[in-house]
Amino acid sequence: MKILVAVKRVIDYNVQIRVKEDGTGVVTDNVKMSTNPPDDNAIEEAVKIKEAGKATEVVAVSVGEEKAQETVRKALAVGADRGILVKVDGVIEPLAVSKILQKVVEKEKPDLVFMGKQAIDDDCNQTGQMLAALLNWPQATFASKIEVKDKSLEVTREIDEGLETIEVNVPAIVTCDLRLNEPRYASLPNIMKAKKKPIEQITASDLGVDTKPRIEQIKVEEPPKRKAGIKVASVEELVQKLKNEAKVI
Amino acid sequence: MSVLLIAEHNNKEFKPFTLNAISAASQINEDVHVLVLGSNSDSVAKSISEVPNVKKVIHVNNNLYENYLAENYSSAVIKFAESYSHIVCSANTFGKNLMPRVAALLDVSQVSDITKVIAEDTFLRPIYAGNAFATVKSTDKIKCVTIRPTSFDPAPTSGGSAEVINGDPGDASELSKFIKKEEIKSDRPELGTARVVVSGGRGMQSGENFKLITAVADKLNAAIGASRAAVDAGYITNDHQVGQTGKVVVPDLYIAVGISGAIQHLAGMKESKVIVAINKDGEAPIFSVADYGLEADLFEALPKFLEELNKLNTIQK
Repeated sequence: MKILVAVKRVIDYNVQIRVKEDGTGVVTDNVKMSTNPPDDNAIEEAVKIKEAGKATEVVAVSVGEEKAQETVRKALAVGADRGILVKVDGVIEPLAVSKILQKVVEKEKPDLVFMGKQAIDDDCNQTGQMLAALLNWPQATFASKIEVKDKSLEVTREIDEGLETIEVNVPAIVTCDLRLNEPRYASLPNIMKAKKKPIEQITASDLGVDTKPRIEQIKVEEPPKRKAGIKVASVEELVQKLKNEAKVI
Repeated sequence: MSVLLIAEHNNKEFKPFTLNAISAASQINEDVHVLVLGSNSDSVAKSISEVPNVKKVIHVNNNLYENYLAENYSSAVIKFAESYSHIVCSANTFGKNLMPRVAALLDVSQVSDITKVIAEDTFLRPIYAGNAFATVKSTDKIKCVTIRPTSFDPAPTSGGSAEVINGDPGDASELSKFIKKEEIKSDRPELGTARVVVSGGRGMQSGENFKLITAVADKLNAAIGASRAAVDAGYITNDHQVGQTGKVVVPDLYIAVGISGAIQHLAGMKESKVIVAINKDGEAPIFSVADYGLEADLFEALPKFLEELNKLNTIQK
């Protein structure tokens, strides 16, 4: 079995986001970038399945600018066998990403495609479901547990009411939740080894995919600031303020 | 120009957030139709037809829809889509799972998780865990939109009498199969709609210690929330998680106990009307969004808080 894992390069989850003064977006210059956190879980799960002898190859793919190569390289350092970078400049919407991934899937013919359930930059939560639709494959979203069976997967999904278990036929798309596993750190020898692993570079136009945005971004603004609160000295004061000032209890 | 809203329900009754999504839908266009895909779900179709903002209910009653599988649901939705300018549903785990599949089948670029309708094609939505807000305009012929339910008031539930028509099912998919649902039943108010939420974080130190939170929540008729750290540590189940990848809540009162306040947590609660933080680390970022901060050991503060609440003559419910 072959697993394709899609990874995205995003602003690191610890960075305090700053909105550009001209309202065109957020500041990305000289800002620390990392792999989208649940994509780390997706890679980890694929590598674990391979280590358990249930997969033969793990391929990491990223869609983005030249620097997204670092994100693919990081996936190689934690166990992916080879990488693919589909170069695109500028804004790319999940629909276009899923069309690009569809082409990559048609070429690579994986049995499973894993990715994070949501990217922490645009917070769209769309790409996996869209790719599943385009391929007419089943989707198992928000996965917190994956059991590989003969020709199917049993997946536990985190939903608003609790947990749901579904079975999906292979080939399938799985989008991973943060609780699926504990992503490993890359060891220094593995980082060195990853430098020798191949990364194929292609462009979206090589694949014949139109990436023109369908959504016009009119402006980006800061959220309204909360007015500063106060510190109370005691529990008594807190209860008194909630009762008589805020009037919420 | 009509809006098709996909109802979330359990075949007996619709989920409360459907009402918030109906409000948002009627801000886009007053001609709101609701699609109920269900099995033995007549009571759902009937109660939705009584919502005054709803102009028509399309009920597809078929055992394909006994359980919610995106593959079956999406093939039904696209059968109706062409007659509509917008397809909408709530941006909870139901809508997040379904809508992108529908959008891709229609070759539409979806607008996720809107918090405001600016015009029929223009919406406001949070990005970067709510640290920025983007105004976006969809140029697709059909617009697929998911709605952040807590940003819209629920529609009234009675007084309407919309026509209910029966629709045909979509193609049956053999790709996926429902196995089971482990739903956590509780008599408490639902986290998403509760007036008061009491949340615990890593500072609680154990699942056992959450009983301190439970006692306060009982007193205030509150829902119980948690940070991701507390859920990851196994103190409490995932359905309690508040934050960027959990639930978004906007209660009148949010009490954060032993929660440091990572931006991912703040994304899920910082729109709450009044925020209280109880934390022994005076530098914790949670204090930057708190209206009332108490720098104290939660193991002393929570029992004392309960004691003080017990002294009050009345407590709002």
